[in-house]
Amino acid sequence: MIKEITILPGKDKNDHKENFDQITLKAGETISIVGPTGSGKTAFITDIELLAQGDTSTGRYILINGKKPAEEVRYDPAQKPIAMITQNTKCFADLSVEEFLYIHARARKINNKKIVNDTMRLANKFTGEKITLQNKVTLLSGGQTRSLLIADALLIGAAPIILLDEIENAGIFKQEVIEIIKSTSKIIIFVTHDPVIALLTKKRLIMSNGGVRKIVSQNESESGAAKNLLEYDQKMGVIRENLRAGFEITKELVSANFA
Amino acid sequence: MKLVIIAGPPSTGKTALTKQLIRRFQNEMKIAYLKIDVVKAFEDIELRKEFNILTKKVYSGDLCPDHAEVMVMGDAIEWAESTKADLFIVESAGLCLRCSPYLNQGLGIVVLSSIAGIHTPEKMGAMVSLADIAVVTKIDLVSQAEREVLIQKIKEVHPKIILLETNALQGTSLQRLYNLIKNSADIDKETLQLKGNPPLGVCTICVGKKEIGWKHHFGIVKKLDSLAAEYLYRGE
Repeated sequence: MIKEITILPGKDKNDHKENFDQITLKAGETISIVGPTGSGKTAFITDIELLAQGDTSTGRYILINGKKPAEEVRYDPAQKPIAMITQNTKCFADLSVEEFLYIHARARKINNKKIVNDTMRLANKFTGEKITLQNKVTLLSGGQTRSLLIADALLIGAAPIILLDEIENAGIFKQEVIEIIKSTSKIIIFVTHDPVIALLTKKRLIMSNGGVRKIVSQNESESGAAKNLLEYDQKMGVIRENLRAGFEITKELVSANFA
Repeated sequence: MKLVIIAGPPSTGKTALTKQLIRRFQNEMKIAYLKIDVVKAFEDIELRKEFNILTKKVYSGDLCPDHAEVMVMGDAIEWAESTKADLFIVESAGLCLRCSPYLNQGLGIVVLSSIAGIHTPEKMGAMVSLADIAVVTKIDLVSQAEREVLIQKIKEVHPKIILLETNALQGTSLQRLYNLIKNSADIDKETLQLKGNPPLGVCTICVGKKEIGWKHHFGIVKKLDSLAAEYLYRGE
């Protein structure tokens, strides 16, 4: 059982030790990683995904329940407690959606074909373009690929720790994904440029120059702001879907009414 | 002297991996390096310049690179030992995928790229199935799910292989490989042997006859439609 993960500091791009003693994330917690491109956001979650033991470019260490993870946990996908959704929107495997999901299920020691259908159905909730089991994964669009990989991480990866790298990209239904993920007791880490996602998480890590610069905890006034922003974001979503469908955008549709 | 043989298709990251090994061990071991390639190779010059280690290369030309390896390995090990090397790294092109360059001692490492295609582990035959360790490279270019699918495929070809994933340019997560090399036994050159079976080499094609069609040949002769198995010929 994973109760918490701990990140011990490494070094930034100038070889300076990072400005924290340790970061501990408990089950059910959400955290966002923000900062400009190249500031080390993806490297941070990659360290977690690889369960780094001082052997990545940052030199960080990751502990599970306060202890160094066993070698098998690091190297056997079936035992890995982490699922990561990278920014990749491309699959290279010359396989159909069905084969891809089934082999991945085998890698995760799930011998149940039902999971393949369930995963595809969940993926279709995140994207407007329908995915079928017969589609080649190499031919899926960017949005379809990400939707499939998110559904795969939730159901086949089924890991207690989920890492999401810029989920707001590639035109998927972000709100749906956040809703489903928040209803679990997982540790969820978002790398994001999206203020809505950043404000919805309990903690924010501010990155710069390859290292963690600051850790900010969400306060009450911020969670109020987050609610307003969420409404605004939903409105943006409606406008986007209207634009996509070829409708005219009226003045009423974009009228803002902030509290 | 410890021996590491690195094989894998071109452009998978064999040299990038080699560089990480040299970087890790250059202060505690004397390293010698041999590159076996077919037409052209620059790695020996590159590594000598960058790390100031002893390097050598050999081109196999019209001979298959694995055949070339068998021919030159004896001398190469004598050479590496004469330089007082503690670690001898051999990098092989391994192109036709029939054979594998691994010996019965030291470590055999196959390098596979995450973006190589899902059926590659099966197509690579002995180069995967006789390796001790598989290093999957370029992991920053694909999703975690896809990496796990490729790893599952490798495991289905060789269930006991030790699997590692890395971004070889950055050298991520290679600690386990370093430990395996550090703890590997020294080789005994009197008892070194190829791990795999060599291909059959006594036929008229091997000796240079260019005519096509079974009528022009003797030795192992089989017609296209008389194949009983998937292979034209398999040894014992």
